[in-house]
Amino acid sequence: MYEGVVQDLIDELGRLPGVGPKSAQRIAFHILQADPVDVRRLAFALQQVKEKVRFCSVCGNVAESEQCRVCLDPRRDLAVICVVEESKDVVAIERTREFRGRYHVLGGAISPIEGVGPDDLRIRELMTRLADGTVTELILATDPNLEGEATATYLARLCKPMGLKVTRLASGLPVGGDLEYADEVTLGRAFEGRRLLDV
Amino acid sequence: MSRTARVKSTTAPVRVHGCVPAAAAAATAVLSVRYGTMGTTMSLFRDDGIVLRTQKIGEADRIITFLTRQHGKVRAVARGVRRTKSKFGARLEPFSHVDIQFFSRGSELVGRTLPLCTQVETIAPYGARIVDDYTRYTAGTAMLETAERFAENEGQPAVQQYLLLVGGLRTLADGTHQSHLVLDAFLLRSLAVNGYGASFTDCARCGLPGPNRFFSLQAGGVLCGDCRVPGSAVPSPETLVLLGALLSGDWQTADACEPRYWREGSGLVAAYLQWHLERGIRSMRYVEK
Ligand SMILES: [Zn+2]
Ligand SMILES: [Zn+2]
Repeated sequence: MYEGVVQDLIDELGRLPGVGPKSAQRIAFHILQADPVDVRRLAFALQQVKEKVRFCSVCGNVAESEQCRVCLDPRRDLAVICVVEESKDVVAIERTREFRGRYHVLGGAISPIEGVGPDDLRIRELMTRLADGTVTELILATDPNLEGEATATYLARLCKPMGLKVTRLASGLPVGGDLEYADEVTLGRAFEGRRLLDV
Repeated sequence: MSRTARVKSTTAPVRVHGCVPAAAAAATAVLSVRYGTMGTTMSLFRDDGIVLRTQKIGEADRIITFLTRQHGKVRAVARGVRRTKSKFGARLEPFSHVDIQFFSRGSELVGRTLPLCTQVETIAPYGARIVDDYTRYTAGTAMLETAERFAENEGQPAVQQYLLLVGGLRTLADGTHQSHLVLDAFLLRSLAVNGYGASFTDCARCGLPGPNRFFSLQAGGVLCGDCRVPGSAVPSPETLVLLGALLSGDWQTADACEPRYWREGSGLVAAYLQWHLERGIRSMRYVEK
């Protein structure tokens, strides 16, 4: 145990995801030895993020105003929505520069064992967005793990009567790797999702 | 060098104990090695199991909870499995039936620190077939949670529960019977192998041969007119036949039942399960009928 304020900092840092007691201590001492200007900048950034950042009223993505940057962009295709679990997934997909539509951030995935059901996610908001017929395609980009798949299955079933084109991101082989090293689950899914080569 | 490699390449005396019957899908070979000045023991265990749940820890790791054939419930750390390049991340998803090699920092598999999963091979990836159908998925999740609850003591073998789960998931993935029937059959049989077997024909008190009309949770099944207790329910005779069929594995009778008896039966099974478990099964709430 350390003196009051140092221990307080260690305790606070230790509550962050992925930070154990040892790491918390290491970060705390790093901060103690750091330049006061750097520390002030960190404190300011922390404060700003809580004060300024909100959630987009349309898609649920992090935003600095009423709507996020993607929803405010007039060049984005209004007919396509890509459904993701978290805001960080929006960032990952934006990096691909492949997608020109808009997003919908669910805020997690269905996990009955953790007590997270469809009603705990932003699914009702999604249905509202789909209601007026502007959107014609829904891309389900939930995580390629069991909860993500279950969430995609649930959404696909829910949207079926709406006559939308519903697609799921392909699962498959990592680019740049050797086929022989792929695990059988991933390789099996790559087979399932194979596409026609039209040359 | 990885820890496993160190164990394998050591020249220290190696004890290999107890192999289980060769007929078992994966025989446990326990390899204990004592090395270093402190005389620390490190052991390798091999077992097969079903992945019950996974929890994120740290940057890219997960804690995986298994129901294993020989060690009952086991929690173990799987390093780096959340990275998309992970060698066995895809194999360690709930519902997967896998052959696992554990590395433990002691002579026991379940000890003070969690063991590591060092190798994982797929026996049957039930998850893909189950998650394709949302109704099936919700039934399957309730099965996993129930199995975990009944095998609460880590490291303590729960072979019958394990076999029930493997069989139940296989049936569920096959899709040959309604998901909710597979779930109810699994719940009734899980209760039975854990000492809470219900009687749906003979009187649970005096053994009077059935059919008997009254049903009581406390009594553990149907009661005759003489043994009935206040508050006994009087379900439809068809529902009692259905529950008996689910418990004994008579699918023909169960499949042919009318939906209203399925519903009444599910209600009784859920109430009976709740009666015997201190805390409810969380995922039961999300099961679609
Ligand atoms: Zn937005
Ligand atoms: Zn009686």
